This record gives sequence, structure tokens and C-alpha cells, in this order.
Amino acid sequence: MGNETVLSIERVGKRFGGVVAVEELSFDLRGGELLGVIGPNGSGKTTLVNLVTGFVRPDSGKVMYRGMDITGKMPYKIAELGIVRTFQMVKPFYRLPAFKNLIIPLYSPRVKKLRGGKYGDRDDVAIDLLEEVGFERDSFVPYKMASSLPHGYLKRLELARCLTLRPDLLILDELFSGMSMSEVASTLPIIERLNGEGLTIIMVEHRLRELFRIANRVMALNFGRKIADGPPGEVMESESVKAAYLGTEAEG
Amino acid sequence: MAVHYRKERLDRGIKARSEDIFALSSYREMLYLLLPRALPVIALLSLPVLKGIVGLYWEKVLVITCAIALLAVSWDLLASIGLVCLGQALFFGAGAYLAGFLNHSLGLPPFLTIPFGALGGAVFSTLLLLPVLRLRGIYFAIVTLTLPLLLARFIETTKILGGTEGLSALSPLPNIWFELYIPVLALLVCLFGFRRLINEDYGLVLQGIRDNDRAVMSSAINIYRFKAQAVFMAGVAGAFAGAFMTHYYQFVGMPAFALDYSVLPLTCAVLGGVGTFAGPTVGAFILVPLSEVLRAFGTLRVVFYSAILIICIVGLPEGVFPFLQRKYHQFERVVKVE
Amino acid sequence: MIASMVVYGLVNSVILALIAMGFSLTFGISGVANFAYGGFYLLSGYLTWMLLKYLEFPLALAILVTVFAVGFLGFITYWVILLRVRGIVLSEVIATFALGVGMLEFFRWKGFVTYEFTLPSFIKGGVEIAGVPLDYQRLFIIGIGLALVLFLYFFTHHTRIGLSFRGIAQNERTAISLGIESDWTAALSLAFGSGMAAMAAIVILPLGIISINVGYDVLLIAVAVGIIGGLESVPGILTGSLILGYAQVITGMYLSPEWMMVVYLLAIVLVLAIKPSGLFGKFKELEERV
Repeated sequence: MGNETVLSIERVGKRFGGVVAVEELSFDLRGGELLGVIGPNGSGKTTLVNLVTGFVRPDSGKVMYRGMDITGKMPYKIAELGIVRTFQMVKPFYRLPAFKNLIIPLYSPRVKKLRGGKYGDRDDVAIDLLEEVGFERDSFVPYKMASSLPHGYLKRLELARCLTLRPDLLILDELFSGMSMSEVASTLPIIERLNGEGLTIIMVEHRLRELFRIANRVMALNFGRKIADGPPGEVMESESVKAAYLGTEAEG
Repeated sequence: MAVHYRKERLDRGIKARSEDIFALSSYREMLYLLLPRALPVIALLSLPVLKGIVGLYWEKVLVITCAIALLAVSWDLLASIGLVCLGQALFFGAGAYLAGFLNHSLGLPPFLTIPFGALGGAVFSTLLLLPVLRLRGIYFAIVTLTLPLLLARFIETTKILGGTEGLSALSPLPNIWFELYIPVLALLVCLFGFRRLINEDYGLVLQGIRDNDRAVMSSAINIYRFKAQAVFMAGVAGAFAGAFMTHYYQFVGMPAFALDYSVLPLTCAVLGGVGTFAGPTVGAFILVPLSEVLRAFGTLRVVFYSAILIICIVGLPEGVFPFLQRKYHQFERVVKVE
Repeated sequence: MIASMVVYGLVNSVILALIAMGFSLTFGISGVANFAYGGFYLLSGYLTWMLLKYLEFPLALAILVTVFAVGFLGFITYWVILLRVRGIVLSEVIATFALGVGMLEFFRWKGFVTYEFTLPSFIKGGVEIAGVPLDYQRLFIIGIGLALVLFLYFFTHHTRIGLSFRGIAQNERTAISLGIESDWTAALSLAFGSGMAAMAAIVILPLGIISINVGYDVLLIAVAVGIIGGLESVPGILTGSLILGYAQVITGMYLSPEWMMVVYLLAIVLVLAIKPSGLFGKFKELEERV
């Protein structure tokens, strides 16, 4: 993708009652970047995601997407524009098979538009999409009930839900949390491939080692403020970042 | 060494044999599948015919049961999308009054007032509830609770639509067969229609909104439009019941908005099994005749419903219908654990 | 004329605020909508009446016992009924709703409907304010109402427990991770809410007779005030009750008393159309989703 600015956060701030979640936060995101967002617990990472995707309205500042002001728009309208996010706490339909879990995004007007109206049996489409996240079509895995799938698979199912919408900007909120080393190892290439194909991605993560391997830019937050922004190596060496994490268990 | 026992639940052999295409392999399997669906339908369709035998009183009970069952099924649709309605009477009253008004003031016959009453009542209720759909679920409960009560007072004070006396001497239904078969057919249509809807992909979206509306919203789906659609559909069922009963009683008045029409369907649904549609119907066919029998106890009946509600909600959340379903499909046995 | 409108309007508003406070408190603190509120209100009336008549308690003692008994009842309601279904909106709503209806209809069945059932005023007699006659009971109501409002505001804004209460309503997950006992808080919120219902009942019921309809009306009022003003803030309760209180008195004086209920309906519909979460609704639409 070209070097146009996809996302522009301008001096965004948010408080919840007396607690400052995010303060005077600004940054730009260019097309094709894979931006990692790190910071200790409570630094405002998830609030940032909520602010961008419309689940929370900022008290101040603007969120611009490809030149369009999307500050405070409804979450479904923002998703309609192509900004899709995962949720930290996955809650799939436990009593339905894995592929049936993708029916809901397939029902959205965005997908209908992108696939040009009628597009075959939704079930088949769902199976195809699951293949993209590594659920082998010929195995019984896509047909297994969601309740019997291990946590790593559920997270990948969540990723598939997002990919169904053919996102323009993908935001992963702690996708790797709760995943085993092998599950992370099998999911990383998928994300790398997506970014290679030009998909702009924001990854909020606690698992720094894996993140630093694929991110080309990292932003660190602490107490709702940006304390570092640059290539992974640089951020890793930054004094303020190290200080922020001191005392917190970092898995990096 | 102590011997431990464990209770096991297994699908019956015939259930396993009747999965998928194998069901066609023998009459026994097909009967196993058809019976639970066909039997109630046949029973319902034949009950009106028995009228000569059981008498006028039980005819009335059948009609009222169907009306309450319609309201219970309508409630269940709302519950399936996560909306807790404490005021089914809103739909009932809206449909009842609209039909009554059309008949009384415009002289339209029942076969016009009932459909118009159903649709118009649904539109009216949906419009009133639209603003609340954007808020947390609890606001829907609060508003649906208050609206019917307030509408009744409104009619009382402004004396419109007959005021306290209501509108009477309205047109009756053409003949006894209409009286009995319309509610039965309407109930069957709604019951099977909603069940079908829930099992389709559309129904998955509805349930998704109930279970995790944030995920559905971030899947680029306008959940408010779906909520409005659900309210409208449930409204049509509820308003139909109201419009029909207006002509059955040949009268419409403030009691159309009474708490009874909200509490009873709710109790039927909770007792029978929320989310199954068949459950609320079963619940209605248990509770309404029962409440007729208990008429002698007066208001104590409502206390009785409340007690059932609390016990069911806290102790037996699944309901009667799923319980019966389970018994039909599975059996239990005790096994020794080595 | 104007003077009496101002004074009676104020009294009415305070009455409405008193009634709404308990419900709002429970809802605002723990998100539990206590639909049994009307039942608790009426129960307080009957309990005080019985204590006065059968056990011949002095008034002050009867009041104390009732407030604590009803508050305690609210507390155990949480543990016995609500605990099992916490978090499932459907079940919570139905459970409290059924409890309320059950209580009210039980009283109706038991026959608590005749003129016998009145509560005595605290002090007989009256006074004149700006040429408007006002009995002491109503003065009491204003006094207690204001005191409770101040107490509420102070409690939830300046005490440690009160602040932590508000923390719960804002974000249950954060509060839990900060180690606050969410269940205890919810149970206490129910206890406080029911206790306030009792206080409101004891002070207000002497103005008329205790009747079953009062139970339903009380819930309606609490809800209406909440819808109009916003259920989760003290300014909300005050605004809602002032608006409704004065609107009621004005229509009662210049139109006719029956129109008062109509005022409720119109006000609710209007507010829903313009700002659904109430004039002072703490959580605007967007955040309601989070």
C-alpha cells in the first residue's frame, strides 16, 4: 500500500470518573504499517482501541480515518468503514460449530457489498475463511463445537471473524494472551502474511518478544500518555519504557 | 475402597439412528422425529372440534389460552434478542384499542380491523420503544413496565377511546369456527414461524446480539435495526392477540393494558423454557387452564404466579419444555466409577 | 395563588424525590433495578402499622424497627434470590419483578385495603408560610428529604465506601480487580435502597391511606423520576422530581387532578425522544455500550 496516512489520532483524551485513561495522545498511522502498542496494565491500551473503534467517545481530540472524522461514530458504522477489532475476552457461540460462528459477520452489509450481492452458501464461505486462519478444511476442526476448541483456536476464530469483513485496518487487542508458545508460533505467520499483503495492523500486546519480531514500529504508553514511538529496537532500549515496566511482569 | 457412582446422560439409540438422512431408513425413526412436532399440531387443530363435548366454558379457555400463548411466544422472541419485556400488555392493548377504534368509529368489519389492529398496534409500540433500544437492556424493562400502566391512566383521564367505560357493542366474529380456529392457527403460525426464524442465520444474529452485542456491532452489523425488527415482529403477534380478543369480547377497555397481560405470558415463558418458543406455548397450556380452575382464589393466583416465577428463575432456569425434550431424547443411568 | 403553587410544588417534588431515591441508589451503585421497590415501600407501611397497633410500640421505636427490618430484608433478598442470577439481566429483572408483584398482590389478598390503614402524623398541627397553610408532616417531609439528599451526595462523593460504590457501577471488572467485594456491595446497595424506601413510606404515608395501588404508583414514580432526570445521579433525582413535582401541581391546580398521571406519560415520552438516558444521565449513549 502507498504511504498515505490511514489513521490519525489528534490529542485524544478520556477520563472515567476520576481516572485518566488516555491523555493528549497523538499519532499517525501509515498504510501497510504494523504498529505494536505496549505498556503496563492500565496504561490506556484498550481504551485507545475502544476510542478508535467507537465503543467509547473521547472527551477531547479527534480520530481521523483516511481524512474522515470518525470521532464518536457508532461502532458498527466504524466497522462498516473497514476498521475491525478483536476482543480480549472471546465469547463465541459455544454450542455451535466453529464455522457457524462466522455467520454473523457474513450477514453484515459490508460483506454483502464487497462480495457483490449474492454469494453462494454462507456455510461454504465460512469454511473457506477458516482455512485462512489455519483451520484445515478437510479436518473435522471447523465442524467441532466451539466449546470443545482450545483457547488458541478460539482466538484464531476471533481473528477469522475479523477477516470475514475484509478489513482495511485490523486492530488486535491482546490476541496472544492465553495462547501457548506453539499456538503463537502458528499464528504469527498468518499476521505477517496479512501485513505483507498490505493490511494495516495495530497490535496491542503484552508478549513483547513475539511482537518485536514482526512489528516495524512500536508505541509505548504509560498512564495514558505516549512515552516512546519508533522502531522496536529503539523502543526496547528507551529508559522511560524500562522504567514503566519495572515492577510489572513482562513476558519479553 | 469406597465405590463411587456417577449419573450419566446418553442419547437414546433411536435418536442417534434418526440423525440426518438415516431417519428415512425406517418408519420407526421417522415417527420418532415427527411425533413431537405433529402431535401438538394435530391436538391443537382438533380441540375446537371437541367443543360440543366439553362445553362453552372450555371453548373460552382455549381461546384465552391461545391469546396468552401468542403473547408468551412474542415475549420469547424479544428474550431471544436479549430484550426483557415487562409490558407485553403494551402490544396487546395497542392492537386491541386500534381494532376497537376502527370498528367503533369507522365501522370496519373484523376481517379488516384485526389485521390493521395487529400491524398498526405493532407500529405504534415499536415507535414508542425505539429510543430505548439504544440503551442498556435494563431501560427496556423499565420503560415497558411503565408504558402500559401510563397509557391506561391516559385513557382514563382524557376520556378518549371510551375512557373508563371503554368501547362496547363491537362487531362479533362471523361464527364459532372463526372464533376457535383463528387463534389456534395464528398461534401455530407464530410458533413455527419464530422457531424457524431463530434457527436460520437471521436467528443467529439475534442470539448474537443477546449474548455478545459488542462483538456483533464490531462485525459491522447495526444491532439497533435488528432490535427494532424484533420488537416489530413480536409486536405484531401481541397486537394480533389484542385485536382478536377485542372482537371476541366485543369490547375493549382499560383492562387491555392490565398487568395480567404482562405477567402471565412472562410466567408461561419462564415456566416453559425461555428461548424455545414451544416452551412458552406449553407453559401457557399449563398455566391458563390452571388459573381458570383457581379462579376461586382471587388475587392469590397472582401471588402463585410470582412464586412460580421466582422458583423457576432461580432453581429451574431451563424450563419444562427443555426438560421434556431431554427426557425424550436422552436417558439417564447410574454407572460405577472404578 | 402563586405562593401556594410554589410551596405545594416544592412539597410534591420532595415527596417524589424521597420515593425515587431508594430505587436510584440501588440502581446507581450496583446496577440492580429493584422492581420489588413498591413492595418494600408498602411492606414498610404495613409493618409500622402493625407494630403500632398490635405491639403498641412508641412511634419512634416502630420507625426504627421498620427501617432496619426492611433494610435487612433487602439485604437478604440479594443473597437468597439475586445472587444466583447475578449478571443475567433477564433473570434479575424477572426475579425482582415477581417478588414485587407477589408482595403487593399478597397484601391485596390478605385484605389490607380498608380505611383502617393509616399511619399517624408525627406531630399534629400546622403552620403558615408565606400565607400558605402547611401541616407539620409536610414540613417534616421537606426536612427529611433535604437531609437525605445531602447525605446521599456526601456519602457517594466523599466517603471511601461511597466512592468505591461508584467505582463498581462504572466498571465492574476494574472494581473487582481492585479487590472490592462486588456481591457485598450489591447486597448493601439493596439494603440501603430498601431502607430508604421504608423511610420514605413512613414519612409520606401519613398524608393518606395505605393502599395497594400506592405500591405500583411508587415504582412508577421512582422510574419516571429516574427516566426524566437520569437514574444514576443525585442531580438527576432532584431535577426529575422538581420537574415532575411542579408539573403535577400546576396541572392539578389549573387543569384537573386526573391529568397528573398524563403529565408523567408525556414527560417520559418527551425525554425518551430527546435524551433517552435522562437529563442528567451520567452515562451517555455511547458509554452505555461499554
